[in-house]
Amino acid sequence: MSELAKAFDHGKAFIPFLTCGDPSLETTERLVIAMERAGADLIELGIPFSDPTAEGPVIQAANIRALSGHVTTDKIFAMVRSLRQKVKIPLVFMTYANVVFSYGSERFISTCRDIGVDGLILPDIPFEEKQEFDGFCRQYEVELISMIAPTSKERISRIAAEASGFVYCVSSLGVTGTRASITTDVAAMVELVKKAKEIPCAVGFGISTPEQAARMARCADGVIVGSAIVKLCAQYGEGCVPHVEKYVADMKKAIR
Amino acid sequence: MNSKGRFGIHGGQYIPETLMNAMLELETAYRKYKDDPDFNRELTELLNEYAGRPSRLYYAQRMTRDLGGAKIYLKREDLNHTGAHKINNVLGQILLAKRMGKTRVIAETGAGQHGVATATAAAMMGMECEIFMGREDCQRQALNVYRMRLLGAKVHPVDAGTATLKDAVSETFREWTSRIEDTHYLLGSVMGPAPFPEIVRDFQAVISREIRDQLQAKEGRLPDAVVACVGGGSNAIGAFYHFIPENGVRLIGCEAAGRGIDTLDTAATINTGRLGIFHGMKSYFCQDEYGQIAPVYSISAGLDYPGIGPEHAYLHDIGRAEYVAVTDDEAVRAFEYLSRMEGIIPAIESAHAVAHAMRLAPEMSKDQILVVNISGRGDKDCAAIARYRGEDLYE
Repeated sequence: MSELAKAFDHGKAFIPFLTCGDPSLETTERLVIAMERAGADLIELGIPFSDPTAEGPVIQAANIRALSGHVTTDKIFAMVRSLRQKVKIPLVFMTYANVVFSYGSERFISTCRDIGVDGLILPDIPFEEKQEFDGFCRQYEVELISMIAPTSKERISRIAAEASGFVYCVSSLGVTGTRASITTDVAAMVELVKKAKEIPCAVGFGISTPEQAARMARCADGVIVGSAIVKLCAQYGEGCVPHVEKYVADMKKAIR
Repeated sequence: MNSKGRFGIHGGQYIPETLMNAMLELETAYRKYKDDPDFNRELTELLNEYAGRPSRLYYAQRMTRDLGGAKIYLKREDLNHTGAHKINNVLGQILLAKRMGKTRVIAETGAGQHGVATATAAAMMGMECEIFMGREDCQRQALNVYRMRLLGAKVHPVDAGTATLKDAVSETFREWTSRIEDTHYLLGSVMGPAPFPEIVRDFQAVISREIRDQLQAKEGRLPDAVVACVGGGSNAIGAFYHFIPENGVRLIGCEAAGRGIDTLDTAATINTGRLGIFHGMKSYFCQDEYGQIAPVYSISAGLDYPGIGPEHAYLHDIGRAEYVAVTDDEAVRAFEYLSRMEGIIPAIESAHAVAHAMRLAPEMSKDQILVVNISGRGDKDCAAIARYRGEDLYE
């Protein structure tokens, strides 16, 4: 079983996201340790990009904060390499195609394996373009996570059939960010995935409260939360760790 | 291994899954209508009766004599309704959007010319229109912001990133992912995910078709060189397209060098960028060693973009077109030169092409023909150029 699949072994998975280097890489390291302790099942580590087109204002701002602190892909790799000695939790990188391509896709993906990163999420790589990255991902056993959206419809079964690790179900139209309510029939999306392949489904985009998380967890295998956590990092800066730890513990409790 | 919509290794469809079905829908509609006689009749009617095509191919006699080399013709896209070549693509796409049942169009704009053209066509079609424009550009091009509002469009200033064209494009994509069903993203340049580079090129190709026919009528031959400015590259690809198979015609794109290609204040993508993936396409981009997109600069809001359309990247790769860099200073001098020499005030974007023509024409012989695409008119730039020369028009 892959490391990523193990994330779904402890009831419904809680998957927090954070932007590496916001507010500092040292804080990112402490956040990951605290999140694991609080019961997170898998962590999405965002590598900042100058122009994150799939992100709402909260994560856009985190990207800018991180980049203005001179965070680079190499510094993030070094941080994760050291972090890997301290945590067991599965880790995936979330970034944009150009960050990987510019580093050299093979060099980037082979480094992921070396430092213990189990998967890669690239929101600007749809099914039609995945081959360019997926070959290296298979070669180096890093899982390229497939995304499906409320607009995917008949595309879902084709995407799911070739998916690995888990399927990232985008809950709503639009970009990342907290929403008052989610109106998409996520259960129907998950059902289409499961019909094509027995693979865990995690729901993300717009989830911030324990109630929303619990509702989403009823129809999926895991819940992904980004903006709500990044907001805590923005609000408390270097002092964010206990706040995020408590938030993660509360969310995990809500979906368990 | 490469997906569709490729020009050599460039192009592709690097977009979020949320938009994929919208892109496929657009592609299907475009394949259906591009050769449809009714569609083309309606488009030609609008281009001629509404936009004022064909645009003139004007023999610039004084400029030719002054530079003392090639015979210079100016393709007058500045005479189109709304003052630039942008209307060609806008009319094509808005007809397509209407046939797709869309009732709302959204668009990015840099200098404001594409925004104005989109707002104009939306008004004429009775469609809802929202324009995204970097806040920095809203200030540089305040007159165009007012024109768009006058035409009934809602203008959203974009504060993200460098608050210029690239951020306006990002924000329009974000808006599109949140409202797709009734909305067409009327992209203004030969960039973005497939099929946009192809659609925009086809709608702009009218420029080179007319140049070819007009020059045939006047001179009985092809030009020796065609010069056009390049940001994303829509007026240039339009001016080049029908000459691409004619190897005797030199095709020259003029990039904005800003304060110089050896400085960080530049937007000359081919001259300073490298291969990357951004805004839905693989192409050349100004970026740092980690792939972070560079905060580019040019005096021209319309050329102030860190990438270039994938077909231009390909024409560069195969050596079919040349891409030269023109600084702010050279463009401003050309802006003033054409105004005094021919009584034509070009857009500061187009002035980049004029500047290169001023270098090139004297090196060519008197029996050669040089065509310069005047992609837009310069009224919108007067305040900014005055400021560049140390004069504040509003004080």
